Amino acid sequence: MNFFNIINKLSEVDPDVMGRLDTRRSVFNSLNTVSKRAAMASAPAFLAAFFSKAYAGTSAGDPKEIFNYALTLEYLEADFYNKMIASPFFATASALDQAAIRQISKHETAHVNLLKTVVSGIGGTPVTPVTFKAATFASLTSFAKQLEVAQLLEDTGVRAYKGRAGDLQGINDVTITGVGTINPLQAALQIHSVEARHAAHVRFMRGQTPWISGNGDLDNQEHYKGAIPESTITQSGVNLTTGLGTPYTATDAQASFDEILTVAEVLAPSRAGGLVGA
Amino acid sequence: MSDNLQPRGSDDLTLAQPLYTPIKRRSFFMYAGATAGASALLLAGCSDDSDNNTPSLPKGNSTTANGAISLGSGDVGVLNFAYALEQLEADFYAKVAALPNGSTILGAPAFAYFQQVAKHEAIHRDFFKAALNRDAAGQTLRGLTPKYPAATFTDKANILGTAKAFEDLGVSAYNGAGKLIKTPAYLVIAGQIVSVEARHAAYIRDLVTPGSFAADDIVNAAGLDVARTPGEVLTIAQDFITEKLDGSSVGVN
Repeated sequence: MNFFNIINKLSEVDPDVMGRLDTRRSVFNSLNTVSKRAAMASAPAFLAAFFSKAYAGTSAGDPKEIFNYALTLEYLEADFYNKMIASPFFATASALDQAAIRQISKHETAHVNLLKTVVSGIGGTPVTPVTFKAATFASLTSFAKQLEVAQLLEDTGVRAYKGRAGDLQGINDVTITGVGTINPLQAALQIHSVEARHAAHVRFMRGQTPWISGNGDLDNQEHYKGAIPESTITQSGVNLTTGLGTPYTATDAQASFDEILTVAEVLAPSRAGGLVGA
Repeated sequence: MSDNLQPRGSDDLTLAQPLYTPIKRRSFFMYAGATAGASALLLAGCSDDSDNNTPSLPKGNSTTANGAISLGSGDVGVLNFAYALEQLEADFYAKVAALPNGSTILGAPAFAYFQQVAKHEAIHRDFFKAALNRDAAGQTLRGLTPKYPAATFTDKANILGTAKAFEDLGVSAYNGAGKLIKTPAYLVIAGQIVSVEARHAAYIRDLVTPGSFAADDIVNAAGLDVARTPGEVLTIAQDFITEKLDGSSVGVN
């Protein structure tokens, strides 16, 4: 029995398993205590206790929790674009750029409304709205600087939805008054690709490639890093540059696949977590 | 990683390392609390049990009674479905990228970007082929023969119009097929690819009509992109594929 094989297996169904283990000191405390009795380490009873503690109090796999997580990010984005449109710098943008931001803003507000309805419709309580930190926004003293943050928010949003798709797998359709019948995973995917369209356009507005090629001006930001960085060129064990029969460049390999972020990574102060505030 | 590759046949690739063994997330949460379940989890961690298709369901790349090529069933069907679409996209962009007057037709910046997209789609195509050869040996969809209306590659409007149609179709295809996927690792892969397709779609839409990256014709009032069933997608894609495809068992176990 290899304990780490099991962790690896779990990470396939729960990308955030290491986050859970890492953030729950009690698990490691219990491990230290129990590991003194080495014979216990391979016993199913020990493992059962270990994983029960790792997941205690979390409701991952619960669509209410997942959609509230999505709702939190959408609140952040929606408030950011509201601030952008209300900003004195908005008038400095071209008519086309203003229209694009209004269109994106419209979608983020629609996502907020949809997700609130979904959370309520499946028996949950929508999270309290979060806002984009006013002091941080005030430091963005041009339309261009605001657009930089828009790009980071959108590209992070794409990674965040992607990171939770597996948690919605196999969850049954739900019928919601005023919305109709939705499949939770499909709805999340339909939002996810809209975020990707937004990301591509904001990048295009900024003179960047619409896809993440590794040569962008913000690629060194934490939003593009993480346990599985956007620079990844190996997918499902296949090296895309050398393993496909035809050689491809690392630039093309990384641009052809986007990467996930875990909940802990998204909510870290260096990414979206640091932008939430009064 | 190239060490894992062992050429088999002329251009087939076999990867020695098996793909992930699925543990259903919800099963896992049932396991996690129970001692008896923990034993089962250990067994799941130690052995690679595979999901064999029910014999009555068609194998990937088999020929149906009416002479169509079956994409197969279950996850193999979904992978072959994606592989078929990526074959079509890759072929289209390769033809655009090879146009000697491409820079004149599209303008140099757009032509350069089309050449990048051509690489992305070729990678998607080759990746699915490698994954299918590894995980579903013998069921990999054959190489298809795309076909296009006359004048598809002769002017900018036709090239952009076709690219836009293919990209929006691809996004809707992945959005609709996601819920059919049983293996978590495959779902993550599909998610990693669909957002790149959406980036392509947004860019090409902006070339067709500036600012139409997520216009109201593709994103509805609830802020949702389009999702299509495999049947709906194949009805549209079939016009561009010489071989008759049968996707009726895609995702069916």
